[in-house]
Amino acid sequence: MASRKRAVPEINAGSMADIAFLLLIFFLVTTTMDVDKGLLVKLPPWTEDTGEQQDIKEKNIFVVLVNAQNQLLVEDEYASLEDVRRLAKEFIDNNGDGTCEGCRGLRDPNSSDNPRKAVISLQNDRGTSYKTFVAVRNELLGAYSELREDLSQRRFGRSYDDLSESDKEAVNEIYPQFISEAEPVKIGG
Amino acid sequence: MATIKKKKKAEVPPLSTASLPDIVFMLLFFFMVTTTMREVTLLVKVKKPLATEIQKLERKDLTTYIYVGAPKSASLGTEPRIQLADQLASVGDVQQWVILQRESINEAERTKFTVSIKADVDAKMGLISDIKQELRKAQALKLSYSANPAASVEDLFKSY
Repeated sequence: MASRKRAVPEINAGSMADIAFLLLIFFLVTTTMDVDKGLLVKLPPWTEDTGEQQDIKEKNIFVVLVNAQNQLLVEDEYASLEDVRRLAKEFIDNNGDGTCEGCRGLRDPNSSDNPRKAVISLQNDRGTSYKTFVAVRNELLGAYSELREDLSQRRFGRSYDDLSESDKEAVNEIYPQFISEAEPVKIGG
Repeated sequence: MATIKKKKKAEVPPLSTASLPDIVFMLLFFFMVTTTMREVTLLVKVKKPLATEIQKLERKDLTTYIYVGAPKSASLGTEPRIQLADQLASVGDVQQWVILQRESINEAERTKFTVSIKADVDAKMGLISDIKQELRKAQALKLSYSANPAASVEDLFKSY
């Protein structure tokens, strides 16, 4: 009965690290940490009739056309990508009828009445490259975010990103975003 | 002669590697938790455009991806194609597929359903617009144009 209590040999844990390393390297290789980022937009609901029935005054629409050669026409004038943001800001912030309290626009009677009525219409050709489209879309979104940032700095003394939800809403109320992406047409070849 | 035996030198105690597995395990768990296996094999070439006004898509499980770009295999030509899940598809398939994808998430969160278009810079807007029309028909109205962050607006202009 001497051999009843046989000592269990100790398990060698030296290779534990190797095994763990192996697994670690596997996960290191297979992992993809890319978070998807993009320009978030909202599409209008589908309607059968394509004719626009809304009555919007001509001066409240800011038309941006992009043709198949990726050239831009902003409000019937040639423009380059660098101009889009400035022109869009001037248009949104114009405040023609003076009802917008936070705006500091030029109050040009031939431009938009106030930011709540201002609509930006982005029209592109079927041949427009995606790259240009995204760049223009980016500039238009940038115009809005710069105006919001500006207002937030003046009114709250803080960056828009740091505002509380209700303050953000107050800012968004003054500068709501109206960007319409019309269905593509053939614009000048 | 009595000599004072000097100790050879203060020996450096051997470094204990006992905690090495713990450290490695910690890293291992980190990667195991954060890892997401690549869910599709890309059949099209996608080089995303640059943008500055981008927002992060928070919930991957509520997002569906549509890839647009020239096929990788040369036999399929160079014309940009649509890829849904693991296969190439045509514009007509988009609506049905998006509806099916939306059905698969639970009902309470269906309003947060987002479609992310990962399109190549050289794709033409004609195809993208066709997809947009299909999405409108499918009532999938939240859309994201997937883009890579640009350092600044100047950088973005420079790429033109």
